Amino acid sequence: MNKSIFKITPCFEDIMPDEYKELVESDPFGKGLGVSQLGTYKELLEEHPLCAGCGLALSLRLILASLPNPEDTVIVGSTGCSALAFPQVALHNIHSVFGNQNAVASGLKRALKLRFPDKVKDVVVIAGDGATADIGLDMVMQSWFRCENITTIMLDNEAYANTGGQESGMSPQGTVLNMAPKGKKFPKISMPEIARESGCAYVAAISPAQPKRLEKMVRRAILTAREVGPSYVQIFSPCPTNYKFKPQEMVARIKQREKEGFFKSKEYITTEAQEYLAGLEEGKKDE
Amino acid sequence: MIEQKVVTPEQLFFEAEREEQFITGSEAIREAIKSANVDMAISYPITPQSESMHLVGDIFAEGYIKEYFRGENEFAVMSSVAGAAMAGVRVFTATGGPGTLRAFEMFPTWSGSRLPIVCAFMTRGINSPLTIQPDTLEMAYMLDTGMLMLHAENGQDLYDMVLKAFVIAEKPDVHVPVGVFADGFFVTHTRDKVNIAPADMKLPSYNPNCAPVPAMDMETVPFRQMRDPFVMKSNFISYAAHASWQQEILAAAERARKYIDSLLGGLIEVENEDADILIIASGTAVSQSREAIQQAKSEGLSVGLVKIKSLRPFPTEQIRRLAAKAKAVIIPEFNRVGWLCREVKTAVDDTTKVVGAPRVFGGMTMPPQLIVDEIRRCANE
Ligand SMILES: Cc1ncc(C[n+]2csc(CCOP(=O)(O)OP(=O)(O)O)c2C)c(N)n1
Ligand SMILES: [Mg+2]
Repeated sequence: MNKSIFKITPCFEDIMPDEYKELVESDPFGKGLGVSQLGTYKELLEEHPLCAGCGLALSLRLILASLPNPEDTVIVGSTGCSALAFPQVALHNIHSVFGNQNAVASGLKRALKLRFPDKVKDVVVIAGDGATADIGLDMVMQSWFRCENITTIMLDNEAYANTGGQESGMSPQGTVLNMAPKGKKFPKISMPEIARESGCAYVAAISPAQPKRLEKMVRRAILTAREVGPSYVQIFSPCPTNYKFKPQEMVARIKQREKEGFFKSKEYITTEAQEYLAGLEEGKKDE
Repeated sequence: MIEQKVVTPEQLFFEAEREEQFITGSEAIREAIKSANVDMAISYPITPQSESMHLVGDIFAEGYIKEYFRGENEFAVMSSVAGAAMAGVRVFTATGGPGTLRAFEMFPTWSGSRLPIVCAFMTRGINSPLTIQPDTLEMAYMLDTGMLMLHAENGQDLYDMVLKAFVIAEKPDVHVPVGVFADGFFVTHTRDKVNIAPADMKLPSYNPNCAPVPAMDMETVPFRQMRDPFVMKSNFISYAAHASWQQEILAAAERARKYIDSLLGGLIEVENEDADILIIASGTAVSQSREAIQQAKSEGLSVGLVKIKSLRPFPTEQIRRLAAKAKAVIIPEFNRVGWLCREVKTAVDDTTKVVGAPRVFGGMTMPPQLIVDEIRRCANE
């Protein structure tokens, strides 16, 4: 992206909304900013309409702050709570329909390669647990089998939150939720392991309770997808509204679940991706 | 990539010297795509579409197309095609019957996203019971997706319509998807004489900068940073935004009429329009009607023929005007529901003169004799 394209034409300043002017004045494009610089520049998410205490909102802010190349990143979302935030994201982002995000991203990435053969255009899928592990699972896995150069990020709030708190494949076993009136009968789907076995070169599981680690994983995932193969990041953040805990307890809840052994941060990296990332991270140290 | 000369659509369609080939409908698709300057094609097999997309794969291997792959199912293929179109490239795919229904959620989504995708539909029956036989039932469901719909009578139509569909779909004031429908087996699997433009000529490439919506490539504003997205607001402005967007899709189809007129010679073709009895048909029902009209002529009966080439937009005014002069209007169809009959009935002033017969379905061919029977019945009334 050429940054001059979003400059405001002189004499139109007064009709442009404040948030746009702020973006023009202190954008994060091409500056190599990250999570540590949050608060010093205009974030790519302008407020958000999600519930108080929603961990997806925090995760989304952290993901956007972690993009290695925001000026050339296109995001593919899916229906669900996060779709409500995307109209307020200052990146090209696509909402197609529920569950088809990885199929859309496959076509998009291949087409962007055709149009911009000499430029990196990162394609990042960001979708809910229902979109990723249930209704869209075939397309998610098939995009991995096909070795598409895309990153898939699951926002795992352990439920279909947007439709009112129904059971998803990622809900914990035994939980009573809508459409699981006697409690969920089967365990949480092992998506990181499925990803690892399905061709992902880089797989991670993390939560927004560890922002720096989340940043590192998102960057690694996106860098791996450019050169080595598909990558997957699962972000754990149970839904306060549907699991009925107080908004301010979101981070404490994640830590409690971790302590109880229900959630574990993970990283699976193929040898090839490991060598590639080591090369990049070595180069960074030398700078 | 194979060396081809870029020519204007007019040169390719109307000026280039054509060569007559004796080919199947599937091969006509291949020939059209050779000259269409398609960037990307995505396939998924279904009889009777499969052969055409094999052939498109072959010309990808020969260097006529930059990217081609087999997707995992029709819903995914239509989604991947959407992603590619949103990235600003020219895409092609094809399906039919169960594949059409499997993918269905994506067709209004294409229209709503203003994607100029061209998709060929090789129609076939819909389960259950399991069938692979010809039937145009799926077209009934496609009528209100916001897509433009062209219906080919034969291999020549299929070749011309697929090629011209790209030009119509990509007009900045249209910019909605086009479905080109051909009756499975009858058109796809039979050989016919088709006049083909030279394969060393191709259309100009798609220009995403002329689209009414920006390509999702991070090369254009606007960034959609706004505080008040319409999607979840229960207020008048958000309803009005959605409503006017839908109306704009319909208006885009209306604006396609002039291009269908200039490129395809009109939404309809009419023969003997002053006859008392008119047959109105589309697809291969037109060919069967031609046979029937010949037979009727030998019995001294004069019958007119209206071939509908464009179902969306629909030639409402023309049909109303033509039907007003006729004593009876016969509508032969290759499906059970009679969707063309319904369409015609909404267009004409006097519906009592519309005869929704004959209808054959489940894979049967339509003997011209059945149409002649209807002609005789109308003549004797
Ligand atoms: C085809 C289709 N089926 C169902 C829905 C209804 N629907 C919308 S969002 C949603 C749940 C989303 O769950 P998830 O992906 O976990 O995202 P969350 O809302 O939890 O963030 C469902 C079932 C839909 N929009 N489309
Ligand atoms: Mg969820």
